Amino acid sequence: MHIDFFGSLPLLVIWLALGAIGIAIQAFVRNNTRLVFGYYSGTLVITALLALITSAHKGTTFGGMISIGGFANYFDVLFCGAGLLAMFAARPYLQRENSELDEFYTMLVSAVSGMMLMAHANNLLVLFVGIELMSISFYIMAGFLRTNIRSIEAALKYFLLGAFATGFLVYGMSLIYGATGSLQYDVIASVIGENRSQFPTLLAIGAVFLAVALSFKIAAFPFHQWAPDVYEGSPTVVTAFMSTAGKAAAFSAFIAVFAVLMPASSLMTPQLQLMLAAVAAITMLVGNVTAVAQTNVKRMLAYSSIAHAGYLLMGIVANGEAGYSAITFYVTSYTFMQLGAFVVVGILERGNEENLQIDDYAGLAKREPVLAFIMAVFMFSLAGIPPFAGFFGKYLLFVAAIESGYTWLTIVAVVSSVVSAYFYLGLVVKMYFTEPHKEHSHVSPGLAGITLFVTVAVSIVLGLFTSQLLSIFGTWW
Amino acid sequence: MLPTSIPLDYYLILSACLFVIGVVGVITRRNAIIIFMSIELMLNAVNLSMVAFSAFSGDIAGQMFVFFIMAVAAAEAAVGLAIVLALFRNKQTIYVDEINIMKW
Repeated sequence: MHIDFFGSLPLLVIWLALGAIGIAIQAFVRNNTRLVFGYYSGTLVITALLALITSAHKGTTFGGMISIGGFANYFDVLFCGAGLLAMFAARPYLQRENSELDEFYTMLVSAVSGMMLMAHANNLLVLFVGIELMSISFYIMAGFLRTNIRSIEAALKYFLLGAFATGFLVYGMSLIYGATGSLQYDVIASVIGENRSQFPTLLAIGAVFLAVALSFKIAAFPFHQWAPDVYEGSPTVVTAFMSTAGKAAAFSAFIAVFAVLMPASSLMTPQLQLMLAAVAAITMLVGNVTAVAQTNVKRMLAYSSIAHAGYLLMGIVANGEAGYSAITFYVTSYTFMQLGAFVVVGILERGNEENLQIDDYAGLAKREPVLAFIMAVFMFSLAGIPPFAGFFGKYLLFVAAIESGYTWLTIVAVVSSVVSAYFYLGLVVKMYFTEPHKEHSHVSPGLAGITLFVTVAVSIVLGLFTSQLLSIFGTWW
Repeated sequence: MLPTSIPLDYYLILSACLFVIGVVGVITRRNAIIIFMSIELMLNAVNLSMVAFSAFSGDIAGQMFVFFIMAVAAAEAAVGLAIVLALFRNKQTIYVDEINIMKW
């Protein structure tokens, strides 16, 4: 079996760091939270750097099961970056909740390694292992505050529905395997492209099941019901991480799988495209309209993240390089702005569900001018107002959808963006133009300040230098 | 070695039936552990279809996949039962319809 060691370096390093050295540190060093935190931050930095260095080295490794270089390495950098930012935000948050255990960082890095595997997969088996590595780590992280009933409830709901979706995932994979005789993406693509599958019906059912399972992971309609509860109940830093990096990972897998399942020559393509277009349209409408009715900030952001999955699906519907690079750009900006918004919520939140209502944000600009400004940047960016990153990401997705002939989908997307502006800007109005109605103690972000600085900077830079960054993105493909 | 006496369809129909039983179990039952057992049944239905496809196409990848499904199911069981245990310590119930602090 051929193994390309240079190209596999990011994956090999994170597995070695996690599976061998990290476990040894935790087993033999006592009172080691600070050490484990530093060790895993270093691991993520080194992995991201290695992914950058090896990005030009395209090919496959491990007998063709893993593809290396190109867009997978781009996603590696994104996952490691999001993981690092979540770790910085998590330390002060968990210390405040008196539950900083070093296992949290292990689980976080393990989730990152699963996401990297999803982006690198060139084989359904590898995709399955990656998804499960990420999901199982998330189940544990969601229930990390184990004496808090909300956290446990979130973990149980996430676990039961996630495992249910896993059943559909593997059943879809098994039908595709039976219909095409292979688990390799490239072989499946050529069998579908030439319409020479032995069992076309099984193939179609398998494709739908796979789409169902992946829609669950990105929380698209009608498989989105778990998301608000899980995102509301989980510790806020965990929500910040899994609603952004987790969604980015699912989209990296979505791109790879649907590039395989929807070759231009296949008979199956138009139906799959129309199905995904309908799912995308309903997802954004449901997410945005339900978010308007929310009174809890965390739950409102959870619904907004559902709506963003709908926008991102437009890029899959567009089915081409323009759509996929639009997804890459938008998922990057989404990751930073949504992660930052949740981290602000986490800083203001106090144990036992305090300061989570939208009313608690009244007059925030007077009490915490910096935090209010940062939150306002994220809200403008999420609403898609120029010059922030969210605007250009949406613009690219809309253009990709129109060029592939889905004008009606773009109209739906524009309408639902207008709806979303109502609740995003409503929060800004609350922060700036109302009086605080109760006393609040001053908050200090600590390490989370680094996260906020980076996420705000990226939300602005991605918006100001879009065209330059897009030309850099072009070289990754 | 091809199993000649039983056609592939029979395996697929049995596997589809097991899968549907699992899905119905997840949807209708309210006990977290029984829901979890139904999920395991779904995974085992998949294992059956994987092995059948693998045997009839003479390709080993499907049988290899089954080992990964079993390993992942074991990992899920460990985490899932731990979550159920944590829930029981907090709330003295494992019925999912009684877990409704947040809107379900």
